[in-house]
Amino acid sequence: MTEIRIHGRGGQGNVVAAYLFAMAAFEEQRYGQAFPNFGAERRGAPVIAFVRIADSPIQRRNQVRHPAFLIIQDQALLQVPGVTDGLKPGGKILVNSSFESAELSKQLGKEVIALQATVLAKKFLGRPVPNTALLAAFFTLTEMLSQESLAAVLQKRFKGDILDKNLQLIQEGAKQVPAGLWKEKEEKSNAASA
Amino acid sequence: MQTKVGTPVNQQTSNFKTNQMMTETAIPVSNLRKKQPRFRGLESGHRACLGCAEALAARLVTESAGPDVMVANATGCLEIFTTPWPESAWRIPWVHSLFENAGAVASGMEAALKAQGKSSKVLAFGGDGGTFDIGFQALSGMLERGHNVLYVCFDNEAYMNTGIQRSSSTPHAAMTTTSPPGKERMGKRHLKKDIVSIVAAHHIPYAATTSVAYPSDIRKKVRRAMAIDGSTFLQIHCPCPLGWGHEGDKSIEVARLAVQSGLFPIIELERGGLAGAMPLRNIRPVTEYLKKQQRFKHLFTEDLRAKEELEHIQAIADHNIEVYGLRSDGSTDAFDSEGMDTVRRGGMRWA
Amino acid sequence: MLQALEGSQAVAQAVALCRPQVIAAYPITPQTHIVENISKLVADGKLRCEFISVESEFSAASVVLGAALAGSRTYTATASQGILLMAEVLFNIAGMRVPIVMTCANRAVSSPLSIWNDQQDSMAVRDAGWIQLYCADNQEAVDTTIQAYRIAERTELPVMVCMDGFTLTHTLEGIDIPTQKQVDAYLPPYQFSRTLEPRNPISLGTLVGPDFYSEARHSHHQAILNAQAEIVSADQDWFAMSGRKTGGLLSVEGPEQAKTAILAIGSVLGTLQAALTELPPGEPVKLIKLRSFRPFPTETVKAACKGLDNVIVLERAFSPGSGGIIGLEVLAALSELPTPPRVHNFAAGLGGRDIPLEILPKLLEVLTEPNDGRFKIIDVDLEKLPVEDR
Repeated sequence: MTEIRIHGRGGQGNVVAAYLFAMAAFEEQRYGQAFPNFGAERRGAPVIAFVRIADSPIQRRNQVRHPAFLIIQDQALLQVPGVTDGLKPGGKILVNSSFESAELSKQLGKEVIALQATVLAKKFLGRPVPNTALLAAFFTLTEMLSQESLAAVLQKRFKGDILDKNLQLIQEGAKQVPAGLWKEKEEKSNAASA
Repeated sequence: MQTKVGTPVNQQTSNFKTNQMMTETAIPVSNLRKKQPRFRGLESGHRACLGCAEALAARLVTESAGPDVMVANATGCLEIFTTPWPESAWRIPWVHSLFENAGAVASGMEAALKAQGKSSKVLAFGGDGGTFDIGFQALSGMLERGHNVLYVCFDNEAYMNTGIQRSSSTPHAAMTTTSPPGKERMGKRHLKKDIVSIVAAHHIPYAATTSVAYPSDIRKKVRRAMAIDGSTFLQIHCPCPLGWGHEGDKSIEVARLAVQSGLFPIIELERGGLAGAMPLRNIRPVTEYLKKQQRFKHLFTEDLRAKEELEHIQAIADHNIEVYGLRSDGSTDAFDSEGMDTVRRGGMRWA
Repeated sequence: MLQALEGSQAVAQAVALCRPQVIAAYPITPQTHIVENISKLVADGKLRCEFISVESEFSAASVVLGAALAGSRTYTATASQGILLMAEVLFNIAGMRVPIVMTCANRAVSSPLSIWNDQQDSMAVRDAGWIQLYCADNQEAVDTTIQAYRIAERTELPVMVCMDGFTLTHTLEGIDIPTQKQVDAYLPPYQFSRTLEPRNPISLGTLVGPDFYSEARHSHHQAILNAQAEIVSADQDWFAMSGRKTGGLLSVEGPEQAKTAILAIGSVLGTLQAALTELPPGEPVKLIKLRSFRPFPTETVKAACKGLDNVIVLERAFSPGSGGIIGLEVLAALSELPTPPRVHNFAAGLGGRDIPLEILPKLLEVLTEPNDGRFKIIDVDLEKLPVEDR
């Protein structure tokens, strides 16, 4: 089972990102679970979303304490204490940022890939919502799930113009990062976890 | 959190003669406050969204009400974003009990102060949900008994804190999550409840509407209400960027258009009779107001029903204009001008 | 059909399949997505019903009462403050023996103000006379909602379907939504023997003196106790139709020979199951998944606990000044056994505090270091409190 934590702010679509993630797993006949942790409705409020992907039914419902991956939708959140807490040793971070990956990696002491997701989103969607670009990049990096699955779930969620723009955006987002760089090696112990 | 108070004003619509002001450099807020010290009942650093008009309205109300008050606040955005434990943005005594009982809690507070011979004024704060709907009974009881309480309704026209569900204050045809448009529906079917008339029918000394687009109007009305010994009521129109679907820096502009279209008339009622109304110098068609907000975007399609709804909404606005006599006689009206606003502020640029 | 859905969305679809004619809605976190999804179905003409946005939960319950008495199948949903505001009506509905189904999206109760998950809300109204069924996951929430209509209409008792707010309502996972055909085969049209009908006028809700009040209450109590059979058969018939079990009154998992059991309700059961696999305890441990809290299935609980040495009850609410609620009822039931197991009672996860897998070893510590009191909030951090408040 792979656990991912997505940090963002209200309005950046990280709960939707988590849902799309789990839906994509579903497309591939795998098991997915996604849920948010937030307070009252508010633009700009920090929001955390959790995702679990597995090959057997997922029973646990606690928050993800030891994610294998973090997706950070807003680089300013890196200043918030505790954002990277619990990341597994060797865990990786994808950040929506205009800084260099190498620089962020050095700062955080962890392996970080930066993607200018907001820039891409503004270009393709006309709005600074970075979630789908980040998902596309994440799928490329980890090869956990396919771009086709992502496109399929986008079609379930969006229609018309927004759908077309998002489909173009994810194609672009996917190209921005090295494919398979974060591909997980199969661990025997993971297969048995519930 | 230091906010540049001037920024939203600078980005207002260019319909007003503010262009010359826009080219001046911003004065630091700290300097302003030294020049014109003002009581801050609501402190900055709270958690409201960008452009939240309710936060602005609450600050204006508490500034004018002064420190000798105590507040009963209903459940809603205001109490949530001002008091994330262990912090509070309030510098006045304040209690949040439940959603439906602000009017009753305030009544109790007032009675106790009266019994003790104390003079602090009791304020009750509620959103439209807590005032028009679930808190209606308690409000009515408080008004009927004539408690010396100023009730302020921060009207953002839906249950915003729970995620934009319709209330009886939601305007006709507006989209909310429980009045979504679809094949069978064009948004909220029913009309916006005329709360100020219902309140005024309780024969209270003073009930008024106002809007965040007219901050000195808010201040004037708060001071008026504070000076009255008896029940008073203010309904403040507060755009919600998230719920209405516009950018945070457009809140004031949107609020102003609501007034200028006639959809949100600015009126005063004393003992149930109309005592004053802000005349409209330059009446705007409702479409100018509606098209600025995503919650009305379904009215701007080729659907025949959409056209019908736009006509219906225009009729509502026209009705208000007639009933309250809002049409000024054609001459430039002194009330609705930037100049008048500035004079009332004592010449300072920021409220 | 298996779909990836948010819990609330799935429940909304399940409700629509049951063909309610009148739905009353008042928004309260975390039930909002349920009523929003329903209103979208109505707006798109996919659900034909009277959808009434009411002015408070008190009115929501009153509206569905009126509608049910006038002959329509109904639905509403609430949580926390809402269920307390409608408490008077809940007693009224149950006492009048009206078949109504309501979802409670379990949430903590003010004060302190909290929007997060615990079960204080539904527990607070356990004496209202409703059937209360607790769902361990979103699939159970869908299936239980449909079963609830059958149980309600056969027993003439209102049914509260409880699902953990946020933890279940806002979680997206794979959920099988039955077809309209399946639900129509399972649920006949609304039937209620005592509707308000001009051709056969009756008076409902009348004043009852001391000479008959006790009899009315006795019959209500018996009706809820007897509903156990309906709850079981509803589940069995659903299994025959869908291939899925929802756990009847309760279900037991784990090694037959275990002498220790953990009894719990709601979504924490999934976490406990995962913990039993991931952090296997030193000795075998059973999991008792209680589903029906009202009626409290005394005989079934006794049968499940017979021969055990220890039963650890974990709940997400408690009665201040007394202790655990489920724990107390389990203790009472098991005291009827000739050699009752030792009952240990804990609350955790109050106000939405996350319950990690590590709760399992923490609970099992009680086997070697027994508590000095009967009840404890196991995940409280006393360091956060001044000494005099500990």
